[in-house]
Amino acid sequence: MMLMKRRDFLKVGAAAGAMASLYGCAGGGKASGHVVVVGGGYGGATVAKYLRMWSEGGVQVTLIERNPTFISCPISNLVIGGTKTMEDITISYEGLRSKWGVRVIQDDVVSVDAAKKTISLKGGSALSYDRLVLSPGVDFMFDQIPGLNNADAQSKILHAWKAGPQTVALRKQLESMKDGGTYAIAIPKAPYRCPPGPYERACLVADYFKKSKPKSKVVILDANEDVMSKKGLFTKAWTDLYKGIIEYRNNSEVKDVEVGTNTAVLEFDKFKADVLNVIPPHRAGDIAAKSGIKMINNRWVDINWLSMESTSTPGIHVLGDAVFPAPTMPKSGHMANQHGKLAAAAILNMLSGLEPNPEPVVMNTCYSFVDAKNVIHVSSVHQYDAATKTVQPVKGAGGVSAARNELEGKVAMGWAKNIWADMLT
Amino acid sequence: MKLFAPIAALCLLATASVSHAADPYLARNLAATCANCHGTNGNAVKGAGMDALAGMEKAKILQKLADYKSGDKPASIMHQISKGYTEAQLDLIAGYFAAQK
Repeated sequence: MMLMKRRDFLKVGAAAGAMASLYGCAGGGKASGHVVVVGGGYGGATVAKYLRMWSEGGVQVTLIERNPTFISCPISNLVIGGTKTMEDITISYEGLRSKWGVRVIQDDVVSVDAAKKTISLKGGSALSYDRLVLSPGVDFMFDQIPGLNNADAQSKILHAWKAGPQTVALRKQLESMKDGGTYAIAIPKAPYRCPPGPYERACLVADYFKKSKPKSKVVILDANEDVMSKKGLFTKAWTDLYKGIIEYRNNSEVKDVEVGTNTAVLEFDKFKADVLNVIPPHRAGDIAAKSGIKMINNRWVDINWLSMESTSTPGIHVLGDAVFPAPTMPKSGHMANQHGKLAAAAILNMLSGLEPNPEPVVMNTCYSFVDAKNVIHVSSVHQYDAATKTVQPVKGAGGVSAARNELEGKVAMGWAKNIWADMLT
Repeated sequence: MKLFAPIAALCLLATASVSHAADPYLARNLAATCANCHGTNGNAVKGAGMDALAGMEKAKILQKLADYKSGDKPASIMHQISKGYTEAQLDLIAGYFAAQK
Protein backbone atom coordinates (compact mmCIF):
# COMPACT_ATOMS: atom_id res chain seq x y z
CA MET A 1 0.00 0.00 0.00
CA MET A 2 1.26 3.40 -0.89
CA LEU A 3 0.08 6.53 0.82
CA MET A 4 -0.08 9.56 -1.43
CA LYS A 5 0.98 12.54 0.61
CA ARG A 6 0.36 16.20 0.35
CA ARG A 7 3.85 16.94 -0.97
CA ASP A 8 2.97 15.15 -4.20
CA PHE A 9 0.83 18.13 -5.02
CA LEU A 10 3.14 20.94 -3.93
CA LYS A 11 4.29 21.71 -7.46
CA VAL A 12 0.74 22.14 -8.71
CA GLY A 13 -0.24 24.39 -5.84
CA ALA A 14 2.84 26.59 -5.53
CA ALA A 15 2.08 29.17 -8.22
CA ALA A 16 -1.47 29.77 -7.14
CA GLY A 17 -0.63 29.70 -3.45
CA ALA A 18 0.81 33.20 -3.52
CA MET A 19 -2.53 34.55 -4.73
CA ALA A 20 -4.47 32.68 -2.10
CA SER A 21 -2.53 34.40 0.66
CA LEU A 22 -4.25 37.66 -0.30
CA TYR A 23 -7.36 36.31 1.39
CA GLY A 24 -5.64 36.65 4.76
CA CYS A 25 -7.81 39.69 5.50
CA ALA A 26 -10.66 37.45 6.53
CA GLY A 27 -9.05 36.70 9.85
CA GLY A 28 -8.35 33.05 9.13
CA GLY A 29 -5.16 31.74 7.63
CA LYS A 30 -4.70 30.51 4.10
CA ALA A 31 -6.61 27.34 3.35
CA SER A 32 -4.33 24.39 2.75
CA GLY A 33 -4.52 20.65 3.01
CA HIS A 34 -5.64 17.65 1.00
CA VAL A 35 -9.30 17.00 0.23
CA VAL A 36 -10.33 13.64 -1.25
CA VAL A 37 -13.59 13.62 -3.19
CA VAL A 38 -15.35 10.31 -3.84
CA GLY A 39 -17.60 10.37 -6.90
CA GLY A 40 -17.27 12.58 -9.99
CA GLY A 41 -20.93 13.35 -10.72
CA TYR A 42 -22.75 16.66 -10.44
CA GLY A 43 -21.78 17.09 -6.76
CA GLY A 44 -18.27 15.67 -6.68
CA ALA A 45 -16.93 17.26 -9.87
CA THR A 46 -18.26 20.65 -8.72
CA VAL A 47 -16.72 20.52 -5.25
CA ALA A 48 -13.38 19.40 -6.74
CA LYS A 49 -13.25 22.30 -9.19
CA TYR A 50 -14.48 24.94 -6.75
CA LEU A 51 -12.02 23.87 -4.01
CA ARG A 52 -9.16 24.35 -6.47
CA MET A 53 -10.54 27.57 -7.93
CA TRP A 54 -11.49 29.29 -4.68
CA SER A 55 -8.28 28.28 -2.89
CA GLU A 56 -6.30 29.52 -5.89
CA GLY A 57 -4.58 26.14 -5.90
CA GLY A 58 -3.80 26.23 -2.15
CA VAL A 59 -5.81 23.10 -1.39
CA GLN A 60 -4.88 19.83 -3.06
CA VAL A 61 -7.77 17.80 -4.42
CA THR A 62 -7.96 14.14 -5.42
CA LEU A 63 -11.13 12.91 -7.12
CA ILE A 64 -11.87 9.17 -7.11
CA GLU A 65 -14.33 8.14 -9.83
CA ARG A 66 -15.05 4.60 -11.02
CA ASN A 67 -16.03 5.58 -14.57
CA PRO A 68 -13.54 6.81 -17.18
CA THR A 69 -15.76 9.71 -18.28
CA PHE A 70 -18.65 11.75 -16.94
CA ILE A 71 -22.04 10.73 -18.36
CA SER A 72 -24.96 13.02 -17.55
CA CYS A 73 -28.27 11.71 -16.23
CA PRO A 74 -30.02 14.98 -17.17
CA ILE A 75 -30.59 14.89 -20.98
CA SER A 76 -30.15 11.06 -20.99
CA ASN A 77 -33.91 10.58 -21.45
CA LEU A 78 -33.43 12.18 -24.89
CA VAL A 79 -31.00 9.37 -25.73
CA ILE A 80 -33.67 6.86 -24.67
CA GLY A 81 -36.18 8.77 -26.81
CA GLY A 82 -33.75 8.63 -29.73
CA THR A 83 -33.09 12.33 -30.39
CA LYS A 84 -29.68 12.58 -28.66
CA THR A 85 -26.70 10.23 -28.56
CA MET A 86 -24.41 9.05 -25.75
CA GLU A 87 -21.74 11.30 -27.21
CA ASP A 88 -23.97 14.32 -26.49
CA ILE A 89 -24.04 13.51 -22.75
CA THR A 90 -20.45 12.28 -22.25
CA ILE A 91 -17.68 14.60 -21.07
CA SER A 92 -14.02 13.95 -20.23
CA TYR A 93 -12.47 14.64 -16.82
CA GLU A 94 -9.48 16.15 -18.62
CA GLY A 95 -10.59 19.73 -17.85
CA LEU A 96 -10.51 19.02 -14.12
CA ARG A 97 -7.00 17.61 -14.51
CA SER A 98 -5.33 20.06 -16.83
CA LYS A 99 -7.15 23.31 -16.14
CA TRP A 100 -7.83 22.96 -12.41
CA GLY A 101 -5.05 20.64 -11.20
CA VAL A 102 -7.41 18.06 -9.74
CA ARG A 103 -5.81 14.63 -9.44
CA VAL A 104 -8.43 12.32 -10.99
CA ILE A 105 -8.03 8.62 -10.19
CA GLN A 106 -10.23 6.00 -11.85
CA ASP A 107 -10.89 3.51 -9.09
CA ASP A 108 -13.43 2.36 -6.52
CA VAL A 109 -13.30 3.19 -2.81
CA VAL A 110 -13.64 0.04 -0.71
CA SER A 111 -13.38 1.47 2.79
CA VAL A 112 -13.07 4.66 4.81
CA ASP A 113 -11.24 4.92 8.12
CA ALA A 114 -12.64 8.09 9.65
CA ALA A 115 -10.38 7.89 12.71
CA LYS A 116 -7.15 7.60 10.72
CA LYS A 117 -8.50 9.82 7.92
CA THR A 118 -7.61 7.37 5.18
CA ILE A 119 -9.48 5.62 2.39
CA SER A 120 -8.59 2.37 0.64
CA LEU A 121 -9.03 1.84 -3.07
CA LYS A 122 -9.95 -1.35 -4.89
CA GLY A 123 -6.75 -0.98 -6.92
CA GLY A 124 -4.79 -1.57 -3.71
CA SER A 125 -3.55 1.89 -2.78
CA ALA A 126 -4.66 4.10 0.08
CA LEU A 127 -4.97 7.85 0.46
CA SER A 128 -4.82 10.10 3.48
CA TYR A 129 -7.03 13.19 3.69
CA ASP A 130 -7.58 16.26 5.80
CA ARG A 131 -11.23 16.36 4.74
CA LEU A 132 -13.23 13.78 2.79
CA VAL A 133 -16.19 14.53 0.51
CA LEU A 134 -18.53 11.67 -0.38
CA SER A 135 -20.67 12.33 -3.43
CA PRO A 136 -21.66 8.75 -4.16
CA GLY A 137 -25.10 9.26 -5.66
CA VAL A 138 -27.51 6.40 -5.09
CA ASP A 139 -27.44 2.63 -5.09
CA PHE A 140 -30.52 0.49 -5.70
CA MET A 141 -32.33 -1.61 -3.09
CA PHE A 142 -32.76 -4.67 -5.31
CA ASP A 143 -33.65 -6.73 -2.25
CA GLN A 144 -37.00 -4.90 -2.20
CA ILE A 145 -37.85 -6.60 -5.53
CA PRO A 146 -36.74 -10.23 -4.99
CA GLY A 147 -36.97 -11.35 -8.63
CA LEU A 148 -34.67 -8.51 -9.61
CA ASN A 149 -32.05 -9.31 -6.98
CA ASN A 150 -29.61 -11.07 -9.32
CA ALA A 151 -27.35 -10.04 -12.18
CA ASP A 152 -29.21 -11.94 -14.88
CA ALA A 153 -32.55 -10.31 -14.02
CA GLN A 154 -30.88 -6.91 -13.85
CA SER A 155 -29.51 -7.36 -17.37
CA LYS A 156 -33.04 -7.95 -18.71
CA ILE A 157 -35.24 -5.65 -16.64
CA LEU A 158 -33.38 -2.36 -16.71
CA HIS A 159 -33.55 0.75 -14.54
CA ALA A 160 -31.49 3.07 -16.78
CA TRP A 161 -31.56 5.39 -13.76
CA LYS A 162 -27.78 5.89 -13.89
CA ALA A 163 -26.74 7.15 -17.29
CA GLY A 164 -24.36 4.78 -19.04
CA PRO A 165 -24.60 1.27 -20.53
CA GLN A 166 -28.20 0.85 -19.30
CA THR A 167 -29.24 4.00 -21.18
CA VAL A 168 -28.03 2.41 -24.42
CA ALA A 169 -29.52 -0.98 -23.54
CA LEU A 170 -32.98 0.44 -22.81
CA ARG A 171 -32.92 2.33 -26.12
CA LYS A 172 -32.10 -0.97 -27.88
CA GLN A 173 -34.99 -2.75 -26.15
CA LEU A 174 -37.37 -0.02 -27.35
CA GLU A 175 -36.00 -0.19 -30.90
CA SER A 176 -36.42 -3.97 -30.94
CA MET A 177 -39.97 -3.86 -29.60
CA LYS A 178 -42.67 -4.69 -32.17
CA ASP A 179 -45.25 -2.04 -33.02
CA GLY A 180 -48.30 -2.61 -30.87
CA GLY A 181 -46.18 -3.48 -27.84
CA THR A 182 -46.25 -1.96 -24.37
CA TYR A 183 -43.48 -0.16 -22.51
CA ALA A 184 -44.02 0.08 -18.75
CA ILE A 185 -42.00 2.27 -16.41
CA ALA A 186 -42.20 1.61 -12.66
CA ILE A 187 -41.52 4.52 -10.28
CA PRO A 188 -40.49 3.87 -6.65
CA LYS A 189 -41.91 5.69 -3.66
CA ALA A 190 -40.40 9.13 -3.06
CA PRO A 191 -37.79 10.22 -2.27
CA TYR A 192 -35.95 9.08 -5.38
CA ARG A 193 -33.44 10.65 -7.76
CA CYS A 194 -34.92 13.25 -10.18
CA PRO A 195 -38.63 13.49 -9.24
CA PRO A 196 -39.87 14.53 -12.73
CA GLY A 197 -37.50 12.18 -14.59
CA PRO A 198 -39.78 9.13 -14.93
CA TYR A 199 -42.65 11.24 -16.29
CA GLU A 200 -40.27 12.90 -18.76
CA ARG A 201 -39.08 9.46 -19.87
CA ALA A 202 -42.67 8.30 -20.37
CA CYS A 203 -43.29 11.35 -22.58
CA LEU A 204 -40.16 10.85 -24.68
CA VAL A 205 -40.80 7.15 -25.23
CA ALA A 206 -44.39 8.01 -26.18
CA ASP A 207 -43.08 10.64 -28.61
CA TYR A 208 -40.87 7.98 -30.21
CA PHE A 209 -43.78 5.52 -30.42
CA LYS A 210 -46.05 8.19 -31.92
CA LYS A 211 -43.58 8.74 -34.75
CA SER A 212 -42.22 5.19 -35.25
CA LYS A 213 -44.53 2.63 -33.59
CA PRO A 214 -47.95 4.26 -33.47
CA LYS A 215 -49.88 1.25 -32.18
CA SER A 216 -47.67 0.99 -29.08
CA LYS A 217 -48.49 2.07 -25.52
CA VAL A 218 -46.73 3.52 -22.50
CA VAL A 219 -47.91 2.59 -19.00
CA ILE A 220 -46.65 4.41 -15.91
CA LEU A 221 -46.77 2.25 -12.76
CA ASP A 222 -46.31 4.82 -9.99
CA ALA A 223 -45.80 3.62 -6.40
CA ASN A 224 -46.82 7.11 -5.26
CA GLU A 225 -50.39 8.25 -4.91
CA ASP A 226 -49.98 11.01 -7.46
CA VAL A 227 -47.60 12.54 -10.01
CA MET A 228 -44.65 13.76 -7.90
CA SER A 229 -43.52 16.78 -9.94
CA LYS A 230 -45.00 19.30 -12.42
CA LYS A 231 -48.29 17.40 -12.21
CA GLY A 232 -50.52 19.82 -14.13
CA LEU A 233 -48.00 20.27 -16.93
CA PHE A 234 -47.31 16.55 -17.34
CA THR A 235 -50.96 15.50 -17.25
CA LYS A 236 -51.78 18.20 -19.81
CA ALA A 237 -49.04 16.86 -22.10
CA TRP A 238 -50.42 13.33 -21.72
CA THR A 239 -53.89 14.52 -22.70
CA ASP A 240 -52.84 16.92 -25.47
CA LEU A 241 -49.98 14.98 -27.04
CA TYR A 242 -50.30 11.35 -26.03
CA LYS A 243 -54.00 10.57 -25.67
CA GLY A 244 -54.49 6.84 -26.06
CA ILE A 245 -50.74 6.23 -25.78
CA ILE A 246 -49.80 7.07 -22.16
CA GLU A 247 -51.74 5.51 -19.33
CA TYR A 248 -51.00 6.61 -15.75
CA ARG A 249 -51.64 4.27 -12.80
CA ASN A 250 -51.09 5.61 -9.28
CA ASN A 251 -50.58 3.49 -6.10
CA SER A 252 -49.00 0.80 -8.27
CA GLU A 253 -45.87 -0.23 -6.40
CA VAL A 254 -43.88 -3.02 -8.00
CA LYS A 255 -43.29 -5.64 -5.27
CA ASP A 256 -41.62 -8.25 -7.46
CA VAL A 257 -40.92 -9.17 -11.08
CA GLU A 258 -41.19 -12.35 -13.14
CA VAL A 259 -38.21 -12.04 -15.43
CA GLY A 260 -39.11 -14.75 -17.97
CA THR A 261 -42.37 -13.03 -18.90
CA ASN A 262 -41.41 -9.37 -18.29
CA THR A 263 -44.11 -9.16 -15.66
CA ALA A 264 -44.36 -6.64 -12.84
CA VAL A 265 -46.01 -8.00 -9.71
CA LEU A 266 -48.10 -5.39 -7.92
CA GLU A 267 -49.90 -5.77 -4.60
CA PHE A 268 -53.18 -7.10 -6.04
CA ASP A 269 -52.39 -7.36 -9.71
CA LYS A 270 -49.79 -8.24 -12.31
CA PHE A 271 -48.73 -6.29 -15.37
CA LYS A 272 -46.99 -7.85 -18.37
CA ALA A 273 -45.03 -5.53 -20.65
CA ASP A 274 -42.93 -5.95 -23.77
CA VAL A 275 -40.30 -3.61 -22.36
CA LEU A 276 -40.35 -3.45 -18.57
CA ASN A 277 -38.31 -0.59 -17.03
CA VAL A 278 -38.23 -0.86 -13.23
CA ILE A 279 -36.61 1.87 -11.17
CA PRO A 280 -36.02 0.19 -7.79
CA PRO A 281 -36.16 2.17 -4.53
CA HIS A 282 -32.78 3.70 -3.77
CA ARG A 283 -30.61 4.87 -0.94
CA ALA A 284 -27.29 6.68 -0.52
CA GLY A 285 -24.45 5.09 -2.47
CA ASP A 286 -22.96 2.06 -0.66
CA ILE A 287 -19.78 3.80 0.47
CA ALA A 288 -21.81 6.14 2.70
CA ALA A 289 -23.17 3.32 4.84
CA LYS A 290 -19.78 1.55 4.79
CA SER A 291 -18.15 4.68 6.18
CA GLY A 292 -20.08 4.29 9.42
CA ILE A 293 -21.62 7.77 9.22
CA LYS A 294 -25.10 8.43 10.61
CA MET A 295 -27.93 7.54 8.22
CA ILE A 296 -31.63 8.31 8.50
CA ASN A 297 -33.99 5.33 7.92
CA ASN A 298 -30.86 3.38 6.92
CA ARG A 299 -31.06 5.18 3.60
CA TRP A 300 -29.93 8.80 3.56
CA VAL A 301 -27.03 10.59 5.24
CA ASP A 302 -27.77 13.03 8.04
CA ILE A 303 -25.78 16.22 7.40
CA ASN A 304 -25.28 19.70 8.85
CA TRP A 305 -26.65 22.16 6.27
CA LEU A 306 -24.06 24.83 7.10
CA SER A 307 -21.24 22.62 5.88
CA MET A 308 -22.70 19.40 4.37
CA GLU A 309 -20.63 17.66 7.07
CA SER A 310 -21.89 14.41 8.58
CA THR A 311 -23.67 15.03 11.90
CA SER A 312 -21.88 12.03 13.40
CA THR A 313 -18.41 12.07 11.88
CA PRO A 314 -16.32 15.25 11.70
CA GLY A 315 -14.18 15.61 8.58
CA ILE A 316 -16.59 13.79 6.24
CA HIS A 317 -18.88 15.90 4.04
CA VAL A 318 -21.65 14.33 1.94
CA LEU A 319 -23.34 15.80 -1.13
CA GLY A 320 -26.10 15.31 -3.61
CA ASP A 321 -28.67 12.53 -3.86
CA ALA A 322 -27.08 10.67 -0.93
CA VAL A 323 -28.19 13.17 1.74
CA PHE A 324 -31.41 13.23 3.70
CA PRO A 325 -33.14 16.04 1.84
CA ALA A 326 -34.11 19.38 3.36
CA PRO A 327 -37.85 20.24 3.14
CA THR A 328 -39.10 20.13 -0.50
CA MET A 329 -35.52 19.78 -1.77
CA PRO A 330 -35.33 17.53 -4.86
CA LYS A 331 -32.59 15.01 -5.53
CA SER A 332 -31.29 16.61 -8.72
CA GLY A 333 -28.02 17.20 -10.53
CA HIS A 334 -28.52 20.94 -10.26
CA MET A 335 -29.00 20.67 -6.49
CA ALA A 336 -25.92 18.43 -6.17
CA ASN A 337 -23.89 21.13 -7.95
CA GLN A 338 -25.20 23.66 -5.40
CA HIS A 339 -24.30 21.30 -2.54
CA GLY A 340 -20.80 21.09 -4.02
CA LYS A 341 -20.34 24.86 -3.84
CA LEU A 342 -21.80 25.07 -0.32
CA ALA A 343 -19.39 22.34 0.79
CA ALA A 344 -16.39 23.88 -1.01
CA ALA A 345 -16.95 27.23 0.72
CA ALA A 346 -17.40 25.58 4.13
CA ILE A 347 -14.35 23.31 3.74
CA LEU A 348 -12.10 26.22 2.74
CA ASN A 349 -13.30 28.22 5.74
CA MET A 350 -12.70 25.27 8.05
CA LEU A 351 -9.24 24.61 6.60
CA SER A 352 -8.30 28.24 7.26
CA GLY A 353 -9.68 28.56 10.78
CA LEU A 354 -13.03 30.19 10.00
CA GLU A 355 -16.57 29.07 10.78
CA PRO A 356 -18.67 28.00 7.75
CA ASN A 357 -20.86 30.68 6.17
CA PRO A 358 -23.81 31.03 8.61
CA GLU A 359 -26.35 31.89 5.89
CA PRO A 360 -25.95 29.57 2.89
CA VAL A 361 -28.38 29.61 -0.04
CA VAL A 362 -29.01 26.89 -2.62
CA MET A 363 -31.41 26.85 -5.54
CA ASN A 364 -32.75 24.41 -8.09
CA THR A 365 -33.95 24.47 -11.66
CA CYS A 366 -35.07 21.38 -13.47
CA TYR A 367 -36.15 21.22 -17.11
CA SER A 368 -38.18 18.29 -18.46
CA PHE A 369 -38.81 17.55 -22.12
CA VAL A 370 -42.40 16.52 -22.90
CA ASP A 371 -41.46 15.93 -26.54
CA ALA A 372 -38.27 16.44 -28.54
CA LYS A 373 -38.68 20.24 -28.48
CA ASN A 374 -41.10 21.36 -25.77
CA VAL A 375 -39.99 21.75 -22.19
CA ILE A 376 -41.46 22.50 -18.76
CA HIS A 377 -39.50 23.56 -15.67
CA VAL A 378 -39.70 23.68 -11.90
CA SER A 379 -37.55 26.06 -9.83
CA SER A 380 -36.97 26.80 -6.15
CA VAL A 381 -34.68 28.79 -3.86
CA HIS A 382 -33.75 27.51 -0.39
CA GLN A 383 -32.31 29.74 2.37
CA TYR A 384 -30.74 28.54 5.61
CA ASP A 385 -33.01 28.92 8.62
CA ALA A 386 -31.18 28.99 11.95
CA ALA A 387 -34.32 28.09 13.93
CA THR A 388 -34.86 24.77 12.11
CA LYS A 389 -31.16 24.26 11.27
CA THR A 390 -31.96 23.39 7.68
CA VAL A 391 -32.43 25.15 4.36
CA GLN A 392 -36.06 26.07 3.79
CA PRO A 393 -37.79 26.89 0.49
CA VAL A 394 -38.47 30.62 0.11
CA LYS A 395 -42.20 31.23 0.03
CA GLY A 396 -43.36 33.13 -3.05
CA ALA A 397 -40.23 32.21 -5.00
CA GLY A 398 -39.81 29.42 -7.53
CA GLY A 399 -42.58 27.75 -9.49
CA VAL A 400 -43.26 25.98 -12.74
CA SER A 401 -43.62 26.98 -16.41
CA ALA A 402 -46.89 28.64 -17.42
CA ALA A 403 -47.15 26.09 -20.24
CA ARG A 404 -44.87 23.78 -22.21
CA ASN A 405 -42.91 25.77 -24.77
CA GLU A 406 -40.12 25.52 -27.32
CA LEU A 407 -38.17 28.47 -25.91
CA GLU A 408 -37.44 26.46 -22.76
CA GLY A 409 -36.41 23.57 -24.98
CA LYS A 410 -33.49 25.79 -26.08
CA VAL A 411 -32.94 27.06 -22.52
CA ALA A 412 -32.75 23.48 -21.25
CA MET A 413 -29.85 22.70 -23.58
CA GLY A 414 -28.22 26.02 -22.59
CA TRP A 415 -28.60 24.97 -18.96
CA ALA A 416 -26.90 21.64 -19.71
CA LYS A 417 -23.96 23.22 -21.52
CA ASN A 418 -23.43 25.75 -18.73
CA ILE A 419 -23.71 23.38 -15.79
CA TRP A 420 -21.40 20.84 -17.47
CA ALA A 421 -18.85 23.63 -17.97
CA ASP A 422 -19.38 24.84 -14.38
CA MET A 423 -18.50 21.35 -13.10
CA LEU A 424 -15.87 20.08 -15.48
CA THR A 425 -14.08 22.80 -17.45
CA MET B 1 -3.79 43.56 -10.20
CA LYS B 2 -7.54 43.68 -10.60
CA LEU B 3 -7.96 41.15 -7.82
CA PHE B 4 -7.08 43.73 -5.18
CA ALA B 5 -10.27 45.73 -5.57
CA PRO B 6 -12.79 42.98 -4.83
CA ILE B 7 -10.57 41.58 -2.11
CA ALA B 8 -10.29 44.97 -0.45
CA ALA B 9 -14.06 45.26 -0.67
CA LEU B 10 -14.44 41.86 0.95
CA CYS B 11 -12.14 42.94 3.76
CA LEU B 12 -14.24 46.05 4.36
CA LEU B 13 -17.38 43.97 4.28
CA ALA B 14 -15.93 41.58 6.81
CA THR B 15 -15.04 44.46 9.11
CA ALA B 16 -18.36 46.22 8.69
CA SER B 17 -20.48 43.14 9.33
CA VAL B 18 -18.70 41.73 12.33
CA SER B 19 -21.80 42.24 14.47
CA HIS B 20 -23.75 39.56 12.61
CA ALA B 21 -20.66 37.65 11.58
CA ALA B 22 -21.27 37.69 7.82
CA ASP B 23 -19.00 35.35 5.93
CA PRO B 24 -16.12 37.19 4.23
CA TYR B 25 -16.87 35.29 1.03
CA LEU B 26 -20.63 35.78 1.11
CA ALA B 27 -20.82 37.62 -2.24
CA ARG B 28 -18.72 34.96 -3.96
CA ASN B 29 -20.81 32.16 -2.44
CA LEU B 30 -24.12 33.76 -3.42
CA ALA B 31 -22.97 34.48 -6.97
CA ALA B 32 -21.90 30.84 -7.31
CA THR B 33 -25.55 29.79 -6.98
CA CYS B 34 -26.15 31.52 -10.37
CA ALA B 35 -23.23 29.81 -12.12
CA ASN B 36 -25.11 26.62 -13.06
CA CYS B 37 -26.85 28.60 -15.80
CA HIS B 38 -24.78 31.77 -16.12
CA GLY B 39 -21.33 30.18 -16.08
CA THR B 40 -18.53 30.00 -13.52
CA ASN B 41 -18.00 33.56 -12.22
CA GLY B 42 -20.60 34.73 -14.74
CA ASN B 43 -18.66 33.54 -17.80
CA ALA B 44 -21.51 31.80 -19.61
CA VAL B 45 -20.73 29.29 -22.34
CA LYS B 46 -20.76 31.23 -25.61
CA GLY B 47 -23.61 30.45 -27.96
CA ALA B 48 -25.63 28.60 -25.31
CA GLY B 49 -28.16 31.41 -24.95
CA MET B 50 -27.57 32.44 -21.33
CA ASP B 51 -26.70 35.99 -20.19
CA ALA B 52 -23.00 36.32 -19.39
CA LEU B 53 -22.94 38.40 -16.22
CA ALA B 54 -19.15 38.76 -15.81
CA GLY B 55 -18.18 42.41 -16.09
CA MET B 56 -21.74 43.65 -16.55
CA GLU B 57 -22.33 46.98 -14.82
CA LYS B 58 -23.69 46.45 -11.30
CA ALA B 59 -26.57 48.90 -11.76
CA LYS B 60 -27.61 47.12 -14.95
CA ILE B 61 -27.69 43.71 -13.25
CA LEU B 62 -29.70 45.12 -10.34
CA GLN B 63 -32.17 46.79 -12.71
CA LYS B 64 -32.70 43.52 -14.61
CA LEU B 65 -33.27 41.66 -11.36
CA ALA B 66 -35.70 44.33 -10.13
CA ASP B 67 -37.61 44.12 -13.42
CA TYR B 68 -37.82 40.34 -13.16
CA LYS B 69 -39.08 40.63 -9.58
CA SER B 70 -41.74 43.21 -10.47
CA GLY B 71 -42.76 41.37 -13.62
CA ASP B 72 -41.84 44.34 -15.86
CA LYS B 73 -39.40 42.14 -17.75
CA PRO B 74 -40.97 38.96 -19.14
CA ALA B 75 -39.08 35.81 -18.23
CA SER B 76 -39.39 32.06 -18.40
CA ILE B 77 -37.82 31.44 -14.99
CA MET B 78 -35.94 34.47 -13.61
CA HIS B 79 -39.11 36.07 -12.21
CA GLN B 80 -39.38 33.01 -9.92
CA ILE B 81 -35.71 32.74 -8.97
CA SER B 82 -35.06 36.45 -8.32
CA LYS B 83 -37.78 36.42 -5.66
CA GLY B 84 -35.83 33.86 -3.66
CA TYR B 85 -33.07 36.29 -2.73
CA THR B 86 -33.14 39.34 -0.44
CA GLU B 87 -32.31 42.81 -1.83
CA ALA B 88 -29.05 42.72 0.14
CA GLN B 89 -28.14 39.36 -1.40
CA LEU B 90 -28.93 40.57 -4.93
CA ASP B 91 -26.76 43.63 -4.29
CA LEU B 92 -23.83 41.41 -3.30
CA ILE B 93 -24.37 39.14 -6.32
CA ALA B 94 -24.51 42.05 -8.76
CA GLY B 95 -21.39 43.58 -7.22
CA TYR B 96 -19.51 40.31 -7.49
CA PHE B 97 -20.36 39.73 -11.16
CA ALA B 98 -19.59 43.36 -12.05
CA ALA B 99 -16.08 42.86 -10.65
CA GLN B 100 -15.40 39.75 -12.77
CA LYS B 101 -13.60 39.82 -16.08
